[in-house]
Amino acid sequence: MAETNASDILVRFKNVQKSYDGETLIVKDLNLDIRKGEFLTLLGPSGSGKTTSLMMLAGFETPTAGEIMLGERSLNRVPPHKRDIGMVFQNYALFPHMTVAENLAFPLKVRGMDKTDVTERVKRALSMVQLDKFANRYPGQMSGGQQQRVALARALVFEPQLVLMDEPLGALDKQLREHMQMEIKHLHERLGVTVVYVTHDQSEALTMSDRVAVFHQGEIQQIDSPQGLYEHPRNTFVANFIGENNRLHGKLLSRDGERCTVGLENGERVEAMAVHDAAPGQPVSLSIRPERIKLNVAQEQNRFSGRVREFIYLGDHVRIRMEACGNSSFIVKQPIATLDPKLAVGDVISLGWNVEHVRALDPVELAE
Amino acid sequence: MLNPTMSPIEKVWHYVLRITSGLTLLFLIMPVLVIIPLSFNEGSFLVYPLTGFSFRWYQDLFSAPEWIRSLQNSMIVAPAATVLAMVLGTLASIGLTRGEFRGKGIIMFLLISPMVVPVVIVGVASYLFFAPLGMDNSYTTLILEHAALGVPFVIITVTATLQGYNHNLTRAAANLGASPITTFFRITLPLIAPGVISGALFAFATSFDEVVVTLFLAGPEQATLPRQMFSGIRENLSPTIAAAATLLIGFSILLLLTLEWLRGRSERLRTS
Ligand SMILES: Nc1ncnc2c1ncn2[C@@H]1O[C@H](COP(=O)(O)OP(=O)(O)O)[C@@H](O)[C@H]1O
Ligand SMILES: [Mg+2]
Repeated sequence: MAETNASDILVRFKNVQKSYDGETLIVKDLNLDIRKGEFLTLLGPSGSGKTTSLMMLAGFETPTAGEIMLGERSLNRVPPHKRDIGMVFQNYALFPHMTVAENLAFPLKVRGMDKTDVTERVKRALSMVQLDKFANRYPGQMSGGQQQRVALARALVFEPQLVLMDEPLGALDKQLREHMQMEIKHLHERLGVTVVYVTHDQSEALTMSDRVAVFHQGEIQQIDSPQGLYEHPRNTFVANFIGENNRLHGKLLSRDGERCTVGLENGERVEAMAVHDAAPGQPVSLSIRPERIKLNVAQEQNRFSGRVREFIYLGDHVRIRMEACGNSSFIVKQPIATLDPKLAVGDVISLGWNVEHVRALDPVELAE
Repeated sequence: MLNPTMSPIEKVWHYVLRITSGLTLLFLIMPVLVIIPLSFNEGSFLVYPLTGFSFRWYQDLFSAPEWIRSLQNSMIVAPAATVLAMVLGTLASIGLTRGEFRGKGIIMFLLISPMVVPVVIVGVASYLFFAPLGMDNSYTTLILEHAALGVPFVIITVTATLQGYNHNLTRAAANLGASPITTFFRITLPLIAPGVISGALFAFATSFDEVVVTLFLAGPEQATLPRQMFSGIRENLSPTIAAAATLLIGFSILLLLTLEWLRGRSERLRTS
């Protein structure tokens, strides 16, 4: 990662811990720098502590230990209403007894802004989310997607430097969700506001974010750009959580700088990138993305043979389930254009991959 | 609804149900209905049959000093007790629904107890408590005690309304920069208003027709309308009582309708 200047940092979590019951730590020693203007997503399975972290930043939960800084200021003793952080709640939390315009005017009025400015800003915010005609509707008279837009406009109307969103699209259907993803992303690009976004949906995280922090059991497993996370997962959890991957179990045989040799259970050897810090003889888990596997290869290294078990036709590509490297559901993804049409179930063919595309990671067996 | 697929037995049951429901309603409303014509009766006895139409008992009601004073007293005590019960009860419910803490159940029980404990006991106990302090025969004491009787109603209705309140709205308001006080008046209160209003209505009704505690705590100076009716019944059974009762009934109906309208209005706002 590029060096970041201290003045580029907007939010800093310093050794933040959170426990609700005084025993189990829901957030364990969180250290996180959020840069000015970036779109950062907290991604992780349900219960991994994402909402808790966001709530501590918004001021609705207090850290058990550690400190959260906004700019130069420590937030530990600042009540939520003095933080000046916008937030989009999961179920929108629009005020049902106020019209859309009144909802948007609320944060401006409590700041004592004068009436003409309020009207002007509300109008601008409404046209930003294309709801100009809905100013006098009550939230209950609007669809989910429209309410979502109102919530977004309300979080932005008072021009906070930081906006938090906790699974804001969770209640929308797929098509609307994808549309709103792009809309939020474009708003972010246009306004230059810093966004911290929470989701458990990895594709949402990958499409929208500048950086993604992967949470698991109250810890950040990895924080990186979407591409970095996908191509260079640092551990098995991240490799599994983001995208699809083939996992092979083996033992480290030898290590040579960045690379290593891993012996599989069936005696085959794989050359891989040494990511996990294991000593020879220790177990490791190999991760290979299905789209990185080539069929009918002539290379010397990492060349194996496998038997075709099943074709799964998906229009633009075909997924081939193979028996290879001691794994009976080894998935290979082939674009239609490069697929050999004569290939049939039961065929034995060669397959392989480049060393850069197989990573030797920690051997943990995830309890699903 | 009678529908063509009903068997004859079902039809019979349908009418039986209607008739019993009607009779039950009649039974409930009868005492109220009986008293009204008597207040317009010419004769000086509280008995049927009526002997002619007149407004004399109303004239009597609005000219006799003890009746006028009791009317005034009721108009002081009941609204004051209602406001007090409404404020205290609402604050208590908000406190009691916000999070769990030790002794919550006991506090709830204590606050509700004036409704459960026989009112005679409340009367005696408050007399024994306030008299030695020289605080019997005072408006303040009467108002305080009536408010205590009204608080449980407010707590029950407001707590019920708060069950359906989305606490994220409070968080959203804070997040948007509103102080806790602003949040309460602009967001929470408007949304729980139906519960507050219903509770206040019950509290008002409780105070407005309260006799027992008033008997113990009020001197002749503080006698409320029901208290005056009570002594009227014992001393001289004149149809003025019927006129006073009709007035009470009319006022209660008016109050009920107004508050129901208010409640319905904010309910619509809340769910629209
Ligand atoms: N107010 C609370 N009191 C007690 N436990 C809580 C509270 N909020 C969340 N938790 C627990 O903390 C864990 C993490 O929750 P959360 O931060 O909501 O995770 P996520 O948003 O990643 O799904 C969960 O196990 C949840 O049960
Ligand atoms: Mg969550």
